[in-house]
Amino acid sequence: MALSLIAAAASPLLAWREPVYIAAGFAGVVSMCLLLMQPLLAGRLLPGLAPVTSRRWHRWCGLMLVAAILIHVGGLWITSPPDVFDALLFVSPTPFSAWGVIAMWAAFGAAFLGLFRKRLGLRFRVWRLAHASLAIITILGSIVHALLIEGTMEVMTKWALCGLVVLASVTTLAKVRIWDIRRPS
Amino acid sequence: MPGLTFSRRSLVLASGATLAMGATGLLVPARANGLVPTASMRGGSNNYRPGAPIVDRIGGGGFWMTGTVRRAGDGAPLPDQRIQIWAHTTEGHERDPQSHGATLTDANGEFRLEMPQIVPAFGQPHGHLAYDSGEFETVFLRPIMGSSKDKTLAAHFVLQPA
Repeated sequence: MALSLIAAAASPLLAWREPVYIAAGFAGVVSMCLLLMQPLLAGRLLPGLAPVTSRRWHRWCGLMLVAAILIHVGGLWITSPPDVFDALLFVSPTPFSAWGVIAMWAAFGAAFLGLFRKRLGLRFRVWRLAHASLAIITILGSIVHALLIEGTMEVMTKWALCGLVVLASVTTLAKVRIWDIRRPS
Repeated sequence: MPGLTFSRRSLVLASGATLAMGATGLLVPARANGLVPTASMRGGSNNYRPGAPIVDRIGGGGFWMTGTVRRAGDGAPLPDQRIQIWAHTTEGHERDPQSHGATLTDANGEFRLEMPQIVPAFGQPHGHLAYDSGEFETVFLRPIMGSSKDKTLAAHFVLQPA
């Protein structure tokens, strides 16, 4: 994660970008790093972390992810309003922006389910399936979004980070078996 | 070698398929003078600043934007047409006034304007061009560079009278 941030920070393109555009780009890279943390924490795959700590971090990383997405989109809006307007309305000429917008709404949905889990009154496994489904859409959308973009991340570390996100997600899915929504016996 | 034979079934199928293709527009009859006008591209007009001045060069140069302007139908080259150009370059963002400039086509309907190197912005290395002078329908183009290391980018206009 640190490597991908350092590699992005070494980009010569930064010299030709405004601070707010650079901040928006980095908020995107930070979001992808948080998307690696989320499945690791949800699946309790990090060694030496008590389940309750893992869950608390998952909550904080989720809130940070929402904040990072807002900074990402807000910063791009300040840089070039018409381009972001097009993206949000799904009429952008860039194919990756639609994936990013889909991922954004899925992430907001997953965060909403996380915040209101108790008040929604869903059975736990049904809630988990819904939350994880939105998380999967977020992750897939974000990865396609990032891989199609040229200019923000360094290519090798981008593919490596995306690969790790997929690996972590698949491992957690296999461990938690979210599709099993029967009542535990 | 057996000759080409049609059974009744294959004849019906073949003629039916041909009719279907014609109906869907897949089978287009050859059209005389068929040079169709260029449609504006999605996002082409983003960060457009109308009335960019005609310049010899945008900023320090080093990169060439080239292209042609022709008339729809007969394809005749259109001289003295004003093409406005802007992009995110090493010298400024798309929105910055110094990133904008215009040039005129020559007698062959060709234009080329030197400008600073285009760098990737919003995920793609791309330029913006506009024909917006009134005599013909307005067209906004947003060509994408094959590689961000390219030193030139081309865009072609086919205009129809307004």
